[in-house]
Amino acid sequence: MDFTYDDEQDALRDAVRGLVGRAYSDFEQRRQTTKADPGFSEKVWTQLAEMGVLGLPFSEDDGGVGAGPVEISIVAQELGRVIAPEPYLTSVVLAGGLVSAVGTTEQRGEVLGALSAGESVLALAHDEPGSRWSPSATAVTATEEGGSWTLSGVKEPVVHGARADLLVVSAALPDGGTGLFLVEGSAAERTDYATYDGGRAAKVTFSGTAATPLGEAGRDVTASIATVQDIGRIMACNQAVGAMEVALRTTTEYLKSRKQFGVPLNTFQALNFRAADMYVSLELATSLTQWATMVLATGDAEATRDAAHRASLQVSRASRHVGQEAIQLHGGIGMTAEYSVGSYVSVLTALERLLGDGQHHLSALAGGIGDYGSIDPLP
Amino acid sequence: MELQLTAEEQEFRAEMRDFFTTKVSQEIRDAVAAGHELTREQIVEAHQTLNAAGLAVPHWPEEWGGRGWSQIQRHIWNEEMQAAAVPPPLAFNASMIGPVIAQFGSQEIKERFLAKTANLDIWWSQGFSEPDAGSDLAGLRTTAVRDGDDWVVNGQKTWTTLGQYGDWIFTLVRTDPEVKKQKGISMLLIDMTSPGVEVRPIELIDGGHEVNEVWFSDVRVPGENLVGEPGQGWTMAKFLLGNERVGVAPVGSTKRRLARAKELAGEQAHDPLTAARIAELENELLALELTALRVVAHSAGSEPHPASSVLKLKGTELQQAVSELLVDLAGPGSLASGAGDDSALPDWARHATPSYLNLRKASIYGGSNEIQRQIISRTILGL
Repeated sequence: MDFTYDDEQDALRDAVRGLVGRAYSDFEQRRQTTKADPGFSEKVWTQLAEMGVLGLPFSEDDGGVGAGPVEISIVAQELGRVIAPEPYLTSVVLAGGLVSAVGTTEQRGEVLGALSAGESVLALAHDEPGSRWSPSATAVTATEEGGSWTLSGVKEPVVHGARADLLVVSAALPDGGTGLFLVEGSAAERTDYATYDGGRAAKVTFSGTAATPLGEAGRDVTASIATVQDIGRIMACNQAVGAMEVALRTTTEYLKSRKQFGVPLNTFQALNFRAADMYVSLELATSLTQWATMVLATGDAEATRDAAHRASLQVSRASRHVGQEAIQLHGGIGMTAEYSVGSYVSVLTALERLLGDGQHHLSALAGGIGDYGSIDPLP
Repeated sequence: MELQLTAEEQEFRAEMRDFFTTKVSQEIRDAVAAGHELTREQIVEAHQTLNAAGLAVPHWPEEWGGRGWSQIQRHIWNEEMQAAAVPPPLAFNASMIGPVIAQFGSQEIKERFLAKTANLDIWWSQGFSEPDAGSDLAGLRTTAVRDGDDWVVNGQKTWTTLGQYGDWIFTLVRTDPEVKKQKGISMLLIDMTSPGVEVRPIELIDGGHEVNEVWFSDVRVPGENLVGEPGQGWTMAKFLLGNERVGVAPVGSTKRRLARAKELAGEQAHDPLTAARIAELENELLALELTALRVVAHSAGSEPHPASSVLKLKGTELQQAVSELLVDLAGPGSLASGAGDDSALPDWARHATPSYLNLRKASIYGGSNEIQRQIISRTILGL
């Protein structure tokens, strides 16, 4: 049992921290980047590709690096620390993860190779109006005629759906179950808009749109979608932990420098104790997130499902606590778009909406409490 | 990053589990599991069973019965002991005065006390808190004045847990009123049968007699009973409160109680609100256990992991929350705290509220949770 990084992992962390730090440690740079379309920096995306970060999760045969969950979690944390707007989670971890999980050898090589090289941005078109983080699709349906497949229906919100070169789309299959399809971004009707966290999302409409089955045509891949969602959840937790660390540090720095009544705010115990409670929330969430990352690394899908629920619940509680208190302890400045801390709260809020909020995960866990006596975190 | 215990650690865990579940009196373990108070004899028996197997003071220097274990081994020992409902070695002996004597005492005082302390042949009581010195411990006023070779002690200690069983009491006393308050404190060992020592019970809200006042009126204490040097008492108190990294949070026992609560909940566990409450508690407890593991895994070096301060704070909150859950599960039956064994209500339901009320102490003792927040905000956050 070991909660520390090895030398190579430390080096990866330093490299990613250096890269995104140069881009975004000045918060104004992030603000300007997210104001202009596509809502992230194509330059930073290319640099991440050059560093090998975009290909980390994928096998070398597929044009990737073949790294494990711990390496990906390090990247997620570092992106979280500067709330980098690049769509790593949705494009690489989720959409790329699904191509890796169910794509044919040829599809994996082609799609993941281009993704890893920074030549192609993927988006996952899975959420549908009214859906709540289910691994199944219902509103978009797939139809087969003479060996050709078409999709019909609406996906929304599709994060960075308008910028995406290639969409990975889930759809209800004619014989039941959910299949995955590849659709050229330009082949779908897309309405782009900004999201409150500085990102972009789109309404994507399919009207008998030609689509290529991802992997074996007509196969139900609900289970694969669920597994990749779990991986995404654990990486979203890592990203949130990075963001919370900085939100807390920003808050404590502010308490030390801001003066009211002629004294710094950290003169007041009422404020310091609230910061201490934020630290407690952050540490507990960090512990569960690191554990969930290690459970994921064991490759046990069922244990990973449970760990994803657990980390997500704890991170949900912590994100709200740390985020809300970060703004409150700052006072009015925390409400402004110009100052960083409010945007951290926006990002934390968005991360929780991507793959399930605290109640969603608590509900899943509450249903299973009769199946065991107590939890043993060590295998 | 590695989740697995090593093969040796797994073997060690199996060995501990086997010992605790087969070699310690079942009757005593059942009493702990049911949340009953133990008698003096039961506490001594369990402690001596552990000591005979070298499991009472594994963290002491090896010369005095320690085992030279890694932090992870100590963590496993502690967790398995709690999971098996084995009463831990008496803290006053094993975790408090024993390590202080081993660290600061003269060879003579070590030889005189350590073996008997390890085996609970001497039952130690703790004489730190006073009516006007709680969280502000350095404000203590019990005095020890030199008279020839002896010290003459006057004053009052309070909150002395299980003082009614004590043979000896280790006290913080003011030996020099002229210097800065922390500098004038010394650690003095006092035989509780000495003339002038009086133990008076304090009845608590759970109806039990767990703590006491201890009064000292012109108590003569031989000079050789002073540990280390005069004025070193504050350093020893800080050492004693600060050197523990393992077992700061009562994770194993709280897990055991929560698992038991699930069994006792019966049909109530199917109520979605109750199920959600249990699931949330389990999750927080898991987060706490993993935080404890991070602290343990990190403490190969000399400095404790900064997150260790979280353990006491959150650990006691969860301990209390689980006891509160049991009261709620017991419902109206929880009123029957005074009923005897002929009661138609189950034993656990009758004991639920006294345990809940008793455990309100947990966020007060050992550095109150407000003191923990102070430590976090000052030491870790730099506020």
